[in-house]
Amino acid sequence: MKSKWLSFPYLVWMLIFIFIPLLLVLYFSLTIRTPDGLVFSFDNFRRFFEPIYLKVFLRSVYLALISTVICLALGYPMAMILAGNNFKRKNVMVFLFVVPMWMNFLLRTYAWMTLLERQGLLNTFLTFLGLPPLNLLYTQEAVVLGMVYNFLPFMVLPIYSVLRKIDRQLIEAAADLGADQMTIFRRVIFPLSLPGVMSGITMVFMPAVTTFVISRLLGGGQFTLIGNLIEQQFLFVGDWHFGSAISMVMMVIILLSMGVLSRYDKEHEGGGLW
Amino acid sequence: MGKIRILCLALLLIVAVLSFSACFKDQRPVLNVYNWGDYIDESVIAEFEKEFNIRVNYDTFSTNEDMYVKVKSGGGNYDVLFPSDYTIERMIKEGMLQKLDFNNIPNYQYIEEQFKNLDYDPQNAYSVPYMWGTVGIIYNKKKVTKPVTSWQILWDQDYAKQILMLDSQRDSIGITLKMLGYSLNTRNLKELEAAKEALIKQKPLVLAYVGDDVKDKMIAGEAALAVVWSGDAVYMMRENPDLAYVIPEEGSNLWFDAMVIPTTSKNKEAAEKFINFLCRTEIAYKNTDYIGYSTPHREAKKLLDPELLSNSAAYPGAKELARCEVFLDLGDFLKEYDRIWTEVKAR
Repeated sequence: MKSKWLSFPYLVWMLIFIFIPLLLVLYFSLTIRTPDGLVFSFDNFRRFFEPIYLKVFLRSVYLALISTVICLALGYPMAMILAGNNFKRKNVMVFLFVVPMWMNFLLRTYAWMTLLERQGLLNTFLTFLGLPPLNLLYTQEAVVLGMVYNFLPFMVLPIYSVLRKIDRQLIEAAADLGADQMTIFRRVIFPLSLPGVMSGITMVFMPAVTTFVISRLLGGGQFTLIGNLIEQQFLFVGDWHFGSAISMVMMVIILLSMGVLSRYDKEHEGGGLW
Repeated sequence: MGKIRILCLALLLIVAVLSFSACFKDQRPVLNVYNWGDYIDESVIAEFEKEFNIRVNYDTFSTNEDMYVKVKSGGGNYDVLFPSDYTIERMIKEGMLQKLDFNNIPNYQYIEEQFKNLDYDPQNAYSVPYMWGTVGIIYNKKKVTKPVTSWQILWDQDYAKQILMLDSQRDSIGITLKMLGYSLNTRNLKELEAAKEALIKQKPLVLAYVGDDVKDKMIAGEAALAVVWSGDAVYMMRENPDLAYVIPEEGSNLWFDAMVIPTTSKNKEAAEKFINFLCRTEIAYKNTDYIGYSTPHREAKKLLDPELLSNSAAYPGAKELARCEVFLDLGDFLKEYDRIWTEVKAR
């Protein structure tokens, strides 16, 4: 491997911008501020397991899970359609999927606010039809909608790229051997697409479980998620120690779930951790 | 060979980008200003830049708390800040502010006497008042039929999901304490816990906890009631005549925002120029007229539209002000407020 030295700049980059900051977060999470300076303590972690914070944690996982399931239910058929042979305008469709991602994430989320408001587009339409307006914005459902909308492409694209690479001959062979459409999907296509599904799940679940912007804008600050809690500790309360501890717990949980999922992702399709 | 060529190309690109940006680098000295969002007529900044040949780097914050944390942790290197009373008190105590040289701020003479030497800065050595105001309820007359006289209305089932609260801990806890008949500077844990229970009870009725977006929401009629700062109320009532502002009978918060220079400032001279500039009569008038808050500037006030002067939201009467309390720095007890607000929000 003569080209090994080419990776040095990146290694240095990782050391400075990933490894050292991580150590700092770990250091902050294991210390508390007392009148005599910083003292080593597990208090921050203990605090995280108080019922009130556990509730925030469970809410984050719950909402992220729902979003991931919806993304999968919407994304998998979409990926199949995109990967299908008989679909002529495939590239146009893939393009349409990627285009919204060129727009700023915040802008897209703000756009949802104007759609969902009481005087917003959707409710204006409902009133026009003579229906009573609905409370759409600032609800848990709005938060889930925001997550699904923003992260759906991260589900579709890895699955699509795996499906596209499945050897057609396998499907033909299965058909020749008498399998019907359902069986082909169940026994051939789906198992082969699992790596894509797994990386899709991680790519949706991780940003969803840590988001703080979506829950603030579409949830109106009522549904505190773990991301909001971390943000609040750093920006408003100034308790970097507790904020770091929450971040560490999150990181461990994400690493564990990654570990479980990566057992399925043998071929490292679709990018994996990014 | 190919790799080396790529590496050379990359280096060349980096050098090109760096020198390119250097070409466009502004040679003027820089003044870093950190103010509340929507709290200045931005044309004033351009005027200052032109007149003094100083480039203004203008940043905004949404609560005293996030401003304080950012400055405390060494972020930003700001030259001029606009904190409120209790935060100024805290920053003075912690040695975060520089004493001002009032010889460089001659326009300070225009500030009315009643706004000088206030409790948060008793010798008035560190701050120059910028605006003042109150906290109250703005409500939509078309949607709220009951009389709005008490903070209790924010706990009224009839207005469920029609209420906007401020996403600012001292303000939201403060008005709750006032409603319960306590001081908004209480250091009594029992009173604070009672406020927490009340806020948790209120949570299902609240549509959202908002910041500056409260203005757009109320103007558009998205909600019936909101807790707001007086100047924002003036602005909203100007945009939507259905809105009215009340300082509830239990009393409220009277606040002062002032301009200060943190010790991290590297350009005190320019900072004082900026403060003096904002105290210039026509500039102070321009800002007051634009943002709708109440001015402590004697001459600027004289120029204001008589209609605004008679607006009790902008210039409340002595009787209303007597009910109001100014926030004090709570020192270490602030931790309890942090905890309670976190617990209310996390619920």
